[in-house]
Amino acid sequence: MQYHTPGSFEDAVAIAASASGVTRFLAGGTDVLVQLRTDLVTPDDLIDIKHIDGVHDISREDGGWRIGAAVSGAEMSEHAELGADWPGVVEAMDLIGSTQVQGRATLAGNLCNGSPAADSVPAMIAAGAWVTVIGPDGERWIAVEDVPVGPGKTSLTKGEVEKSVHLPARGAGGGDAYLRFIPRTEMDIAVVGCGLSLTREGDVITAARVSLGAVAPTALLVADAAAALIGSALDDAALDALAAAAEAACNPITDKRGTIRFRTHVAGVLAKRAAKIAYDRAGGAK
Amino acid sequence: MSQIHVTTTVNGDEVEFLCDPRETLLDVLRDRLDLTGAKEGCGTGDCGACSVTVDGRLVCSCLMLGAEAEGKEIATVEGMATDEKLHPLQEKFIEYAALQCGICTPGILVATQNLLEKNPDPTETEVRYWLAGNLCRCTGYDKIIRAVMDTAADLRGAS
Repeated sequence: MQYHTPGSFEDAVAIAASASGVTRFLAGGTDVLVQLRTDLVTPDDLIDIKHIDGVHDISREDGGWRIGAAVSGAEMSEHAELGADWPGVVEAMDLIGSTQVQGRATLAGNLCNGSPAADSVPAMIAAGAWVTVIGPDGERWIAVEDVPVGPGKTSLTKGEVEKSVHLPARGAGGGDAYLRFIPRTEMDIAVVGCGLSLTREGDVITAARVSLGAVAPTALLVADAAAALIGSALDDAALDALAAAAEAACNPITDKRGTIRFRTHVAGVLAKRAAKIAYDRAGGAK
Repeated sequence: MSQIHVTTTVNGDEVEFLCDPRETLLDVLRDRLDLTGAKEGCGTGDCGACSVTVDGRLVCSCLMLGAEAEGKEIATVEGMATDEKLHPLQEKFIEYAALQCGICTPGILVATQNLLEKNPDPTETEVRYWLAGNLCRCTGYDKIIRAVMDTAADLRGAS
């Protein structure tokens, strides 16, 4: 295995383009090193992107945020302004692993690892986040919901790497939330996850995005669930319609973490609870 | 396979080593630098027995390559005591018998020292969440939590 520390994304992409064997990009390494140590994936070329300018930065961008590909979960949780704008995204990232894992794990890495149960992904989808990807053919933007295409698989092509994650401007009257179900309080993988973001004008919801994790081969953006909220003041009828739409979108498997029936039911429950939190936050609750 | 030359700082001392690109920081600490305090429990970042700090940030040394240590400041359990004088956390762990087999103890000491540097007055809930990634199969955690809370109180009283 060759270990590379390029000083620019152009150099990183050039190394990947000229590599003939298995290539992995290294940021936090909390997935790459596990795969390496368990002989699941042994890269011929490991390209550490942490020496590239800007990858450790959380910065303002057009009223929203740009989060570099090597920013750790701990750094996100310590960023008060980011957490004030997008608490759901920050909380989702913070749910991943232990304090130690938070010291290294990244938002970009959680996305490109391609797990259907990745906690940050439904939160990013709900937020309307996108990523900047660079590859041999230059840069492009991809909406987060278009990155995963199946368990462990993404729409990134050979030699492409995520540079940064982008969150839009929060705007007035906005709030988001992420909830997951696990059978304990820490250190587990989502049985179901739900990210939800909405905008209020007074009591009425004018915009919403709802995303579910761990109930399908990829995290889902559920348009019907959002439609159930828009135009309502989050009354019981809207919440019931939201839960029904969330359940209808589920296409889960039965495994040791939960059955199809349980996952489907919990998706509706979490959507309702996340909607209440996001609604209160949009109304100014801390 | 060519070896990588790394210069880093461990517990305040500059050290140099050669390592294979596949070697973790934990491998390097234990096998090349003879710092065997950090333990390999799971090797996959779940148990926390290999906890160290890198530039003040708590990490699992099994989830970091030795090559990534270039230019970093590493702190391990070996750096906690000052000569023969144990760190207050170490004293308190002995007083409370907050360990039995001891495999998890170096990681828990490093993790709690890092917590108390950031938050000198944690609640019990905060301590328990902070240590969620440090598994102990002997103590049932209660004595560990008591030792940490008591140390925190002592350190606040002393400062």
